[in-house]
Amino acid sequence: MKKENIKFIQGNEACVEGALYAGLDFFAGYPITPSTEIAELLSHRLPQKGGKFIQMEDEIASMSAIIGASLTGSKVMTATSGPGFSLMQEALGYAIMTEIPCVIVNVQRGGPSTGIPTHVSQGDVNQARWGTHGDHAIVTITASNHQDIFETTVEAFNISETYRTPVILLYDEVVGHMRERLVIPKKGELPLVERLRTSVKEGVDYHPYLPREDGRLPMSDFGGVHRYNVTGLFHDMWGFPSDNPKIVHGLLRHLVDKIQNNVNQIARYKEYYLKDAEIILISYGSSARSANHVVFSRRPRGEKLGLLELQTLWPFPYDIVREKCANAKYIVVVEMNMGQIMQEVRTAVDRPEKVFLANRIDGVFITPTDIRSILRLIQGKGV
Amino acid sequence: MAKPKLKSHLINPEWCKGCGICVHFCPKNVLELNDNDKVFPARPTDCICCKLCELRCPDLAIEIEIEQDEQ
Amino acid sequence: MAIKDYIRERFFPHIWCPGCGHGTVMNSLLRALDSLGMSKNEIVMVSGIGCSSRISGYVDFHTLHTLHGRALAFATGVKMSLPELNLIVPMGDGDALAIGGNHFIHAARRNIDLTAIVMNNRIYGMTGGQYSPLSGYGTMATTAPYTNIDQSFDTVELATAAGATFVARSTTYHVQQLTKILKQAILHEGFSVVEVLTQCPTYFGRKNRQGNAVDMMVAYNKNTTPIGSKAKKENPDLIERGIFVQEERPEYCSEYDKIIEKATAKLNT
Repeated sequence: MKKENIKFIQGNEACVEGALYAGLDFFAGYPITPSTEIAELLSHRLPQKGGKFIQMEDEIASMSAIIGASLTGSKVMTATSGPGFSLMQEALGYAIMTEIPCVIVNVQRGGPSTGIPTHVSQGDVNQARWGTHGDHAIVTITASNHQDIFETTVEAFNISETYRTPVILLYDEVVGHMRERLVIPKKGELPLVERLRTSVKEGVDYHPYLPREDGRLPMSDFGGVHRYNVTGLFHDMWGFPSDNPKIVHGLLRHLVDKIQNNVNQIARYKEYYLKDAEIILISYGSSARSANHVVFSRRPRGEKLGLLELQTLWPFPYDIVREKCANAKYIVVVEMNMGQIMQEVRTAVDRPEKVFLANRIDGVFITPTDIRSILRLIQGKGV
Repeated sequence: MAKPKLKSHLINPEWCKGCGICVHFCPKNVLELNDNDKVFPARPTDCICCKLCELRCPDLAIEIEIEQDEQ
Repeated sequence: MAIKDYIRERFFPHIWCPGCGHGTVMNSLLRALDSLGMSKNEIVMVSGIGCSSRISGYVDFHTLHTLHGRALAFATGVKMSLPELNLIVPMGDGDALAIGGNHFIHAARRNIDLTAIVMNNRIYGMTGGQYSPLSGYGTMATTAPYTNIDQSFDTVELATAAGATFVARSTTYHVQQLTKILKQAILHEGFSVVEVLTQCPTYFGRKNRQGNAVDMMVAYNKNTTPIGSKAKKENPDLIERGIFVQEERPEYCSEYDKIIEKATAKLNT
């Protein structure tokens, strides 16, 4: 293996490598701990391949700029953390409503508000789902190690193009800042989904919001031969504003269904020892590293532990979780927040009373010891 | 250059909202609003084809058609 | 009318009130574009939210109707990723200078090649007549029922201080000047700001007893004057019309092209 394909880098850099591999053309961002490295690295790397980088005046402008750039046919991304993610919500809703592909990285830190900029939490899970107003669907993906950060970043761009939707990459300060080995795949090794452009010829009526038979919506670049309107108002298939109840209902259903009807295709997860597990740990992001350690260190001692590591958080894979956890005695959700994914797991499983929370919310990374102590308490074994 | 000769006032009554801007600012008082509050040329022969009505109309409802020069 | 080529005719008559100045701005703008002979496919119009921003639905270009105050940020992304496009950004006064103030300042600072048209009717019209940062001390509005105590500021001075390299002002009365200014603003390679005083007879006019559209346009004629005129010296309260700033300075996208050259050169050494 060529030496230059192996790197020992931060998770933030692994994300940058994944984005460049996926064909990133344009990045607009604003510095915020712990995501700033993504902006810094891209300011360096993007122009080297003819791509464009701009540091905007704030996160609202960053999110707006990438949407504008996406319309000209670019693959786009921005990166931020909690406070910036809050600012981006309105424009994120705009990208959802106008079905514009883009990737938003949120490297989570302690919150709410300014919180603890340099320490970890996983507190933005529900915000990723519902941060922007109105009924809507969103895709949110996370990862616990650098190889997965690379792959989920590529996947985010692919999902974004396939479904014409923004995709949120929800990483966290631990995995974003720690250094680990990354093997960069060869070109062509990971499949890429390119922008689907319309085959409708010049002069022929082009409908930017009319799905093809296979459900995909071909786009047309601004500057190209089709002139259409893009608006955040409810709109008809040509993109012009409408408050007609049929159109409103149809569009809203389409925006939600295109994601919700494809939960299983979009879902990504990793499973370890689930078949005979009595206690299943469900975790994601950097917490999953500790959960993984607990399972792998206890199994040889005969404890029937299993791990379901979620990579797709939204749309939440309820059916998959229910199926995988059907035979478990206890389910323990490991996360660094006050039970945001635990609530979803409770909704998913047959008996919610078998779901417990092993968490940490003080900015300190949750350790295997923390998890083991909570497991002992759950099992009635005391500390 | 010969003075432009008026061919006609092309007025779209569907688009005209009767705001009265063209009427008031016509230097030759050519235009008026009818009973339906739509503009019409009351004195078309006074028109000097300055086109200020056409340039100012917020609704693109009035156009001054000029007689084409015969070669 | 040649300019009918540039509109989406099926949506006319448009939603603007009888006598709304925005329609006249659209009229002048289309004439400016027509005289430049650009292909419609080269033109992208990015607007914000408000009565003025509805213009984008009526014109036959690539149109992007964005969020309140954010048009310039969206436009920056469009322009930077495809600099060959011609970007026109019509906004309302509150849209551009209240919620959008920050983006206005920074777009000007960057001197990115966009043409910002501030359609200043001194009110928030679409939401029913609330005061804007340009309404002015002593005016009336639905959220200033005891008169407005907010001071206004000068768009031209703000744009100039922020670094815009083409700054101009005209009114909906002075349509010939307006078309000429818009043409120059669009041709200018850098950040252009054209402030247009445009009447809102329905709200600002009515609440401030300024009469109807015609009366307000008569006032625009009476209360404005060319830059540096004798009348201005005699009456400093008159508002100046014309081109205040017209400079050539490095444009943002072409500066970034140089960065790309630098970066690729470094990579290849």
